[in-house]
Amino acid sequence: MKIHEYQAKELFKDYDINIPEGYVGENKDEILKIYKSFDDDVVLKVQVHAGGRGKAGGVRLVKSEQEVIEFAEKFFGKGFQTIQTENEEFIVNKILVEKVSDINSESYIALLVDGSNQSLNIIASPEGGMDIEEVASKSPENILTLPINVITGPTDFQIRKINNFLRYEQTYYGELRKIIRNLYELYLSKDCSLIEINPLIQNKSGEILALDAKITFDEDALFRQNLIKELRDLSQENPVEIETAKLGIKYIQLQGSVGCIVNGAGLAMATMDVINVSGLKPANFLDIGGGADENKVSEAMLAVLSDQNVEVVLINLFGGILRCDVAARGFLSALDKYNKKAPELIIRMLGTNSDKGKEILSASKYNISFADNLNEISKILITKR
Amino acid sequence: MTLKIDRNTKVIVQGITGKEGGFHALKCQEYGTQIVGGVTPGKGGQLFNNSIPVFDSVIEAKDTTDADTSLIFVPAPFAPDAILESIDSGIETVICITEGVPVNEMIKIHKVAKDQGVTLIGPNCPGVINPKEECKIGIMPGDIFMPGNVGVVSRSGTLTYEAVDQLSKRGIGQSLCIGIGGDPIVGTSFIDVLDYFISDDLTQSIVFIGEIGGIKEQEAAEFLKSVNNTKPIAALIVGASAPKGKRMGHAGAVISGEYGKAESKINSLKDAGCHIIPHPGKIAETVEKIIN
Repeated sequence: MKIHEYQAKELFKDYDINIPEGYVGENKDEILKIYKSFDDDVVLKVQVHAGGRGKAGGVRLVKSEQEVIEFAEKFFGKGFQTIQTENEEFIVNKILVEKVSDINSESYIALLVDGSNQSLNIIASPEGGMDIEEVASKSPENILTLPINVITGPTDFQIRKINNFLRYEQTYYGELRKIIRNLYELYLSKDCSLIEINPLIQNKSGEILALDAKITFDEDALFRQNLIKELRDLSQENPVEIETAKLGIKYIQLQGSVGCIVNGAGLAMATMDVINVSGLKPANFLDIGGGADENKVSEAMLAVLSDQNVEVVLINLFGGILRCDVAARGFLSALDKYNKKAPELIIRMLGTNSDKGKEILSASKYNISFADNLNEISKILITKR
Repeated sequence: MTLKIDRNTKVIVQGITGKEGGFHALKCQEYGTQIVGGVTPGKGGQLFNNSIPVFDSVIEAKDTTDADTSLIFVPAPFAPDAILESIDSGIETVICITEGVPVNEMIKIHKVAKDQGVTLIGPNCPGVINPKEECKIGIMPGDIFMPGNVGVVSRSGTLTYEAVDQLSKRGIGQSLCIGIGGDPIVGTSFIDVLDYFISDDLTQSIVFIGEIGGIKEQEAAEFLKSVNNTKPIAALIVGASAPKGKRMGHAGAVISGEYGKAESKINSLKDAGCHIIPHPGKIAETVEKIIN
């Protein structure tokens, strides 16, 4: 689960990690009032769930009321895109007004779980303020990754190593130690899946501040994080994805024309790849998930049909606890509810009661092609190009 | 990694009185697995399906039935404790099917399992099956498997079934199939399983199925380069068509950097001598080529 920068910074404040003074406003008048409360220039930052805001013009240093008004009018209530958002738009409902910081040095700090060493890691780089992936590919020697032992937490010798790596003077060690230990505490106690500070700065008065803040949370742990759950901003998420998630369906809308319904995430990705090699594009990722029943299957179909770009729906199911005849009835009930012309269906079913499922579907009034395997699916798809 | 999955393996099912646990306990039994007991706290003394004794704790179940393996269906909030209970009771192999276990719990549990020398498979995995020994400890549909010499390893359940379905339909049987699970931290890694397959006498070739996200596949490739392996490996990476930054169901399957892309993984595996399966429809076809 993602949160906004200003929310992440509030959590930083709770954990005694320094941030620049700033306040968030929800309309022009509010941010103008905040601007006037500062006796200096400020930075305005749009609050959306997307990276790359700076390059897209969503972060600006302003020196007058006129500039604040212009910024507010340009962004509030409008869709915002960056190079990282892949044609998706995020609506700007909040703008963060922050005191300008004088910067001596910029670095990068992150905490995240890396499956490769099966542990939580601290990632540090003296090249802050840049896209960290770019740093990783251009100058990998400027990235330090240290695994944290869960019994000890980050140790002093590790923090000394980071202090040197960031080219901080010895006098900063105590402050950096406090920051890293508090970030670790925050990571574990709030079930984060990523904390990233880019950049972490030293200002001219010798303080270390988190100039930006990104935190994501482990969705599987939200059941025990009631306060964190409240930070969720549904305006930044796809409404169909929100509704399907409530039923345990993992749906992600994409740009193509072939809707797909699959059980299992791996097979869902494989099915998308088959659509791709057949010269078409998937309209979505959809994993029905465990414990599916007729209603869940029907809702999955309705979610796929809600996407106007869908021309063909491809169903690829391995029946287990979910019986294929039950799934078939779910699909038909969704198609019956759908008030527009039903798209063509390509269906592949295996496992529990698959023959019965196919029988039910072929007796229906809908235009359905059946396939026995992925290659047959591909052959049918090729005819739809 | 030690792994004993055969007709002598004695399995207890944690969460046997739940819908999924009960359903799959019986399916495993039907396949030939020795399901010697179940564990549900508070329901000790009952008989599940009029035949399988239910215990309040893993230690009671183990002491009474001599079980060496546990299969876990306990709901996610309680699954970490169920795994720890099994480890503490001296169970040798723990297979956790449950999905949605918090990652921060798995960081700790992974370490405990490793320190105690326990083989943990999962969480969020389909389990393990040995068709020759008629031993299935998991949720896979038993009837698609057939005995043979191909070892199959994958992060995903239904994708494993896809591979096996293709293999069996071409008459290519399997020695052992393991789904290691799709979460960022799992008990058993690709490397553990590859290492096992390389020294397993029954396994003569390997199907390796990876996904976008993380660098687990590249590490497996590095491992293959470092060992003296003569068994041919067919490798598939799925998710080439997934967009960057979107989590494709599995918590681990999100392209966040260059390494997470399918292309980078395919290149590493090719470099390590694997035969690349061009797309998911061609798994068995590729295996047929490399074993002949």
